[in-house]
Amino acid sequence: MMWDLKKFSGQTAVITETGEEISYDRLFELTESLAGAVNRRCLVFCLCSNTLGSLIGYVSFLNHGVVPLMLDAHIAPDLLEHFLTSYCPDYLWVPAERAADFEGEKVYESCEYALIKRSDENVYPLYEELALLLTTSGSTGSPKFVRQSLANIKANTASIVEYLKLDSTERPITTLPMNYTYGLSIINTHLAVGATIILTQATLMQREFWTLFTEQGATSFGGVPYTYEMLDKLMFFRRKLPSLRTMTQAGGKLLPDLHKKFAEYAGREGKNFVVMYGAAEATARMAYLPAEKSLEKYGSMGIAIPGGKFRLIDDAGAEITTPETVGELVYSGANVTLGYAVCGEDLAKGDERNGVLQTGDMAKFDADGFYYVVGRKKRFLKIFGNRVGLDETERLIKSYYTGLECACAGKDDAMYVFITDAGKTDELKKFLAEKTHLNPTAFHVKALDVIPKNDAGKTLYRELEKFYD
Amino acid sequence: MTNLEKYTNAFVEAFDVDAETAKTLKYQAIEAWDSVGHMGLTAALESAFDIMMEPEDIIDLSSFEKGKEILSTKYGVEF
Repeated sequence: MMWDLKKFSGQTAVITETGEEISYDRLFELTESLAGAVNRRCLVFCLCSNTLGSLIGYVSFLNHGVVPLMLDAHIAPDLLEHFLTSYCPDYLWVPAERAADFEGEKVYESCEYALIKRSDENVYPLYEELALLLTTSGSTGSPKFVRQSLANIKANTASIVEYLKLDSTERPITTLPMNYTYGLSIINTHLAVGATIILTQATLMQREFWTLFTEQGATSFGGVPYTYEMLDKLMFFRRKLPSLRTMTQAGGKLLPDLHKKFAEYAGREGKNFVVMYGAAEATARMAYLPAEKSLEKYGSMGIAIPGGKFRLIDDAGAEITTPETVGELVYSGANVTLGYAVCGEDLAKGDERNGVLQTGDMAKFDADGFYYVVGRKKRFLKIFGNRVGLDETERLIKSYYTGLECACAGKDDAMYVFITDAGKTDELKKFLAEKTHLNPTAFHVKALDVIPKNDAGKTLYRELEKFYD
Repeated sequence: MTNLEKYTNAFVEAFDVDAETAKTLKYQAIEAWDSVGHMGLTAALESAFDIMMEPEDIIDLSSFEKGKEILSTKYGVEF
């Protein structure tokens, strides 16, 4: 069992968008009832949204040894079909209004979500410790899932509760999807302390969000770098939010100037601004910069979470012990997940990482032991908080557009895709937005006469930088 | 170009839709109009009319029609 909901009897677990309050007792009843309908350990696809129905599914499954595979409710239909074929889930937990779109029998309904029984039963054996499957990068179309165990989730939850000092008086408001590791960890940690989660589908670009925030007295929210850019644009600092205590940030490196700006605001207004670092491969969090150091150490990702440990490894594989020396960041801790799944057979796999994760990030630490991400070992970008592999994107394009010359590069929140066929730029932008489920503004498709390559035929990505806007 | 054309064009460019679709749009009605798309739309409107929108107006911009109302009452754009 992940959460002891009965422990918080009499307290409010959830407030919905319409202001409905769901107690921990009610949450317990709803999740037990759903568990009764499933009644065995199996794989379930959850089509997630920040709604009560979606939450009940997740909580029920995790509490009863049912393995949810978390997807965005707006996932592209062909990608969902691909996952259904690859993993053969026993059930789907989907918005009730869309239940008729799926093959199978509707066997249960609750809080506007429906349980669909598929014809498949336990097609792929599930490793005994497997508890949860998450995409590596939130909503992107990466067909790779992170395999998390209950021990992983419990360990990470305990660490986060400790360093953020969470208790039952917290009232976080949702700003991130439930199928995204960071959004999910906010739910995990707050249900563990008996806090009240304010669920909303509205975004911070909408009046409804801020009305709910104020009316319900939200105490915290989380955001990826792009969230903080939006808040800056909205002149967030002028907004009166007396109930707000803590803002957390993860999902990529915030520009140091913006980090400083929010740290100064927090200091001035008596709020906490906590910059964090993590990955789905480490359940959620690996590091945090304590609020009181936010301004002094702006630009830093902080220190390892309680129970975790960092090492920096040089090119030769030796550990770096001198400050200000760059090496690959390696994390170890009980929250390092089991490994990846790329197909149904992989669900039977055991622990492939043994508590050690090579992050793929290049980092250094200062004389006080605070870490800074300075670059990447692998070719990937963070787009709106989602890790998107550049080589994977090239392969995706080439698999649909046979023979098309293409090279993917860019910077965070802006991928540049270079092709040699000028007639395909608009089409490719649409294709990428649809496949990755990211806003099309992230993709800049440009046509070049020729893609620069070396004698061996390898793309010279550095040469492409001059074509960035 | 008339102001209505300029206004419609901002939606067309921000969300990659045709003008007819643009006129029916509401926040989150299409995938492209999410919070990221909203930033793009705001930037497109600001540059088309050479204005700086107030945060309160940015979060009130919940549909094509609502945006017209905001621009005409707060920023003197005549349609």
